Amino acid sequence: MEHLNERLIIDDQQAGLFRVNRRAFTDPDIFAQEQRSVFDKCWLYIGHESEVPHAGDFRSRNIAGRPIILARSDDTQLRVLLNTCTHRGALVCRQKSGNARTFQCPYHAWTFNNRGQLVGVPGEDSYSDAFTRESMGLKSPAKLDSYRGFIFACFDPSAGSLRDYLSGATEYLDLVADQSEMGMKIVAGQQSYSARANWKLLVENSYDGYHGLPTHQRYFTFLEDIGVDLKRMNFSAPARQAARDLGNGHAVVEYQSAWGRPIAHWVPPFGEHRRPHFDELRRKFETRFGAERARRICETSRNLGIFPNLVINDIMAVTIRTFYPVAPDYMEVNAWALAPVDESAEDSALRLDNFLTFLGPGGFATPDDIEMLESCQRGFANREVAWSDISRGMKREQPAITDELQMRAFWRRWNQLMTEPHVRRASKAA
Amino acid sequence: MSVIQTPTRSDVEDLLYKEAALLDEWRLEEWLELLTDDAVYQVPPTDVPEGDARNTLFIIADDAVRIRSRVKQLLGKSAWAENPHSRTRRMISNVRILGSDGEDIIVTANFAVHRMRYESVDTYVGRYVYKLARCGGDLKIRERRAILDNEALRPHGKISFIL
Repeated sequence: MEHLNERLIIDDQQAGLFRVNRRAFTDPDIFAQEQRSVFDKCWLYIGHESEVPHAGDFRSRNIAGRPIILARSDDTQLRVLLNTCTHRGALVCRQKSGNARTFQCPYHAWTFNNRGQLVGVPGEDSYSDAFTRESMGLKSPAKLDSYRGFIFACFDPSAGSLRDYLSGATEYLDLVADQSEMGMKIVAGQQSYSARANWKLLVENSYDGYHGLPTHQRYFTFLEDIGVDLKRMNFSAPARQAARDLGNGHAVVEYQSAWGRPIAHWVPPFGEHRRPHFDELRRKFETRFGAERARRICETSRNLGIFPNLVINDIMAVTIRTFYPVAPDYMEVNAWALAPVDESAEDSALRLDNFLTFLGPGGFATPDDIEMLESCQRGFANREVAWSDISRGMKREQPAITDELQMRAFWRRWNQLMTEPHVRRASKAA
Repeated sequence: MSVIQTPTRSDVEDLLYKEAALLDEWRLEEWLELLTDDAVYQVPPTDVPEGDARNTLFIIADDAVRIRSRVKQLLGKSAWAENPHSRTRRMISNVRILGSDGEDIIVTANFAVHRMRYESVDTYVGRYVYKLARCGGDLKIRERRAILDNEALRPHGKISFIL
């Protein structure tokens, strides 16, 4: 564990240099410590309220390595239940989703209601008086809360509120949630994939404006081929783009993009026949929010990173992406599309079509991102090259989206959590 | 010219095996010639294998324009996930003619597609559903849907070649 005392980042604000120790991507001890210092401490995205709309609805998924159940209980409360029988450990829910009043463990038939309370124990008279059903309900993470439909949980009982945790990120969650007066929903179909790379490489990549043109050249060629005017996209004009540190490790890039946005930014490939409809959508936003906020919602693209592992990219469609490390060099990724609940079938089809041009494991861009992350991970085997550089724009008053302010915001928070004194004590004790 | 009215399984197998060979050999321009002008290529998400791309987030839902663009990209230099190209080897079996939807013939076949790259071997397992059109004396592919049995693209990570 001695090398854990080695510096993980170099943050020289005077010189304008920022470096990340590549052990952060490769070291099994750092990977193990991240579980305790990052994933056991932070608010983590669980899902969206639209995924469990009715009493009894549930989804089982993995959060920070743990099998959990996201449930809407019979009292309509959202709950997160740790999917392990309090008796001897088996999963009490082995379906991916459904609607259930109870979860019965198949091993010894202990039964829990959808609030997690233990309601059935075969042969209960064999237990002593010290055994109580009340103490044997399904366990939950220490904290659960949601912000405008986005559900988060935290395993740390001493954590502050979700609202405080989200800090400046709420402004950007609002820009997504405001896209419908009726609410937003997760569209059917989950993209479940992976990368043979450290999870933090995907954090960096998800809001990296610098890699856009070289890595995704083929996407921009495709856009040109179908009639999109790329001149609209000017990453260097300060009025049209911004990179912001949102506090607590969250960051965002916001910019004028060339691609069409199904929410209300028409481009020629959408078809001339749709143009009046898009004008109408735009007018509705102007009525609701005024011209400036309407322009922002409709025309600008935003790549938002919520520490540690939630990405909400509102680009050619809205994607929610979350990912967990399974090993230092392997992560599992889940991604969904978010859409207005009241969108017409035709608009929704266009949205999904536009999503797939760029995004997802079969899109014209995401596979190349994965390729680059995996390529970095292989490159890290050269231990002689100990540091990665993310100094871009460090001395610039107003960093551009092609700078690396976003990543520095992440790494500073990550480093703080990884080096906090109580964490050191915990790892020494271990 | 002989017009295929009722193709036999062996006619269909000839087409699917030819397609598999062209894809494995990266002869993608020739592969395009097997498709109709309005062809679609789809890969549904692993959790909604019977979904409809109009209301479900797919992995791939290419119309004819996107299929051609995909081929152009894959044969160009900047599709980094496939530059250098993967090796692939397709095993196509259990070919069955299911019937017709009036105009087109509906065919299904099982697949195991192995992708080799950087000394990893990832296997994509599932079944195809094809709609084959009779065009003059030939059968052409109007729709090809690759329905994965894999529960997730793990550890595959992506579908960067034509599945």
